[in-house]
Amino acid sequence: MTANKSERLLNLLILLLVSRTYVSKDKIRDAVEEYRQQSSREAFEKMFERDKDELRALGIPVEHGSADAYFDDEHGYRVARDAFELPDLQLEPDEAAVVGLAARVWQHAGLASATSQALLKLKAAGIETDREVLDVVQPRLVADEPSFDALWQATQTRTEVSFDYRRASAMTPSPRRLQPWGMVSALGRWYVVGHDVDRGEPRLFRLSRVSGDVVAHGAPGSYAVPEGTDLRALTRELQRDRAVGTAVLRLRADAAHDLRRRASSIGPDPDPHDGTEGWDRAEVPFANLDQFAGEVLAALDAVEVLEPAELRDVVVARLEGVLA
Amino acid sequence: MSSARDQVNRLLALVPYLQSHEEVRLDDAAAAFGVTPAQIVRDLQVLWFCGLPGLGPGDMIDVDMDAFEDEGDGVIRLSNADYLSRPLRLGSTEASALIVALRAMREGSPESSRDAIDRALAKLEDATADGAPEASASAVVEVPPHVLATAPTAAMLEEAVRGGHAVRLTYFVPSRDETTERVVDPLAVLVAEGHTYLDAWCHLAEARRLFRLDRVSAAEVLEEPAARHHVPSRDLSDGLFEPGPDDVVATVRLAAPARWVAEYYPVESSRELADHGLEVTLRVGDPQWLVRLVLRLAPHAAVVSPSELAERVAAAAGATLERYRS
Repeated sequence: MTANKSERLLNLLILLLVSRTYVSKDKIRDAVEEYRQQSSREAFEKMFERDKDELRALGIPVEHGSADAYFDDEHGYRVARDAFELPDLQLEPDEAAVVGLAARVWQHAGLASATSQALLKLKAAGIETDREVLDVVQPRLVADEPSFDALWQATQTRTEVSFDYRRASAMTPSPRRLQPWGMVSALGRWYVVGHDVDRGEPRLFRLSRVSGDVVAHGAPGSYAVPEGTDLRALTRELQRDRAVGTAVLRLRADAAHDLRRRASSIGPDPDPHDGTEGWDRAEVPFANLDQFAGEVLAALDAVEVLEPAELRDVVVARLEGVLA
Repeated sequence: MSSARDQVNRLLALVPYLQSHEEVRLDDAAAAFGVTPAQIVRDLQVLWFCGLPGLGPGDMIDVDMDAFEDEGDGVIRLSNADYLSRPLRLGSTEASALIVALRAMREGSPESSRDAIDRALAKLEDATADGAPEASASAVVEVPPHVLATAPTAAMLEEAVRGGHAVRLTYFVPSRDETTERVVDPLAVLVAEGHTYLDAWCHLAEARRLFRLDRVSAAEVLEEPAARHHVPSRDLSDGLFEPGPDDVVATVRLAAPARWVAEYYPVESSRELADHGLEVTLRVGDPQWLVRLVLRLAPHAAVVSPSELAERVAAAAGATLERYRS
């Protein structure tokens, strides 16, 4: 069965692809054996409609139209070669090699297979992608948020969506309507940026806080992304709490490694004021004071804040809060 | 058995692939397409009945039969299908998945290889411009600095997994705040929650452990082969925590600003409190981890039970406060 159907689909495609004009349904029925064998016109049409959808699902641009605007009965179908074929694409060996490495970046089932399919097409165009290469970092892109697929799809097709969104401190999610402009992965988390329809301005949503289903509204392509939109810059702006200061910390030797890794400078403490040895002094930039105070607290007594005074005060107040 | 759609999809790449090579070994074709040689043979059999409309003797696609006789070593030659000499263009998801992956690679690569990535990107964006107008603009990936920093280590460890070699790790254990050296048998390199991990059998702990790569300060692939461990592969989609026999079940009260904890860590149960807070029970493998967590959240979290843990939190807070009072 599969083989018969594959054969029929392929012959239909070849027919529509090699024809210079639109091919009428009658001619299509004549040309494909299985269509001829259908007992009724209705049965043929049903089969043809399904096959046409199958071809379109594969991304084949099956066009409907007429070569002659005045004669309705000349209506038919075709596949235009320039819309069907991969355009000419020549990759130098080093370019082909980096493209080959891209195959392993996505750790998301759907996008990993989309990448493999893309590479297979390039291979079919005579491009050898499986070469060893150079010094290239292959990061891994993970996308395991349940809402990822639906939002990715909506972003690709410019389709308005609605979903329930839970803010960090809120008890219950609230409904949102969004025209998604783009997806951004930052610090290992996915965000969607777009026009919030109800609030009438750009907003940023973290995918892990989307609860339940993402529902599509309206037709694809029903809005445009404002010209000159820079997703990266917009995301920064919407996050609002980027780098605000640098802390000076005392760190016990061989401890507080998480903070050490983020230090912009680090060295032995020049002034071991309590006479103890084995302490370092580090400068660590931070984005959000309260959050950073939390990181300092998580390092327990291996860290002491020297500056800024505001951070020192927050840390002390929070510790007193625990003991109160 | 694959569906007709999958088969046609494969054939639309296989036909141009075979035509762009003079002859292809059946095994090589199967490997290139990630299917069995038997599947390639079934695919080619479909082509026997395909060709130009009319399907007269000169219209059929010509498939040379050697491959069907000598299993694996057979060679495939295909001709008379000029109209399928190019593959189908990239779909919008295919194009954007590939382009976003290359952009992510570009970000972390040294200047010397960025040039090749940029050239490849420009050509791909050009070749997909009509099919996927928005593909290139609609996703941005900022690779976290710690992931970039660990990428070379990840590549080296993946090599060790493939080659079956043991690895010596210098590893920082955060809950004890100390650096240790150990030999492990690597099982897999995984990504979860924004970090890259090595899943490995640890000779020191004599147990399977996850090592976060940004806590690995040195890794050396050893000559000695890794011992084989018949263990199921890990699924990290539900988070990283795995219950163990020595776990403590702790009850923690979270005020509204600390509610996010219930989203980030697998909680056994949770109960809404009157003041928008939550009371959760957590399974804790390492009590020190919970002490750090509660102080990170201070004063919005408190251990309700067990009381020993509540006391440890108070003692840690007291010792830390001492630093500011001396």
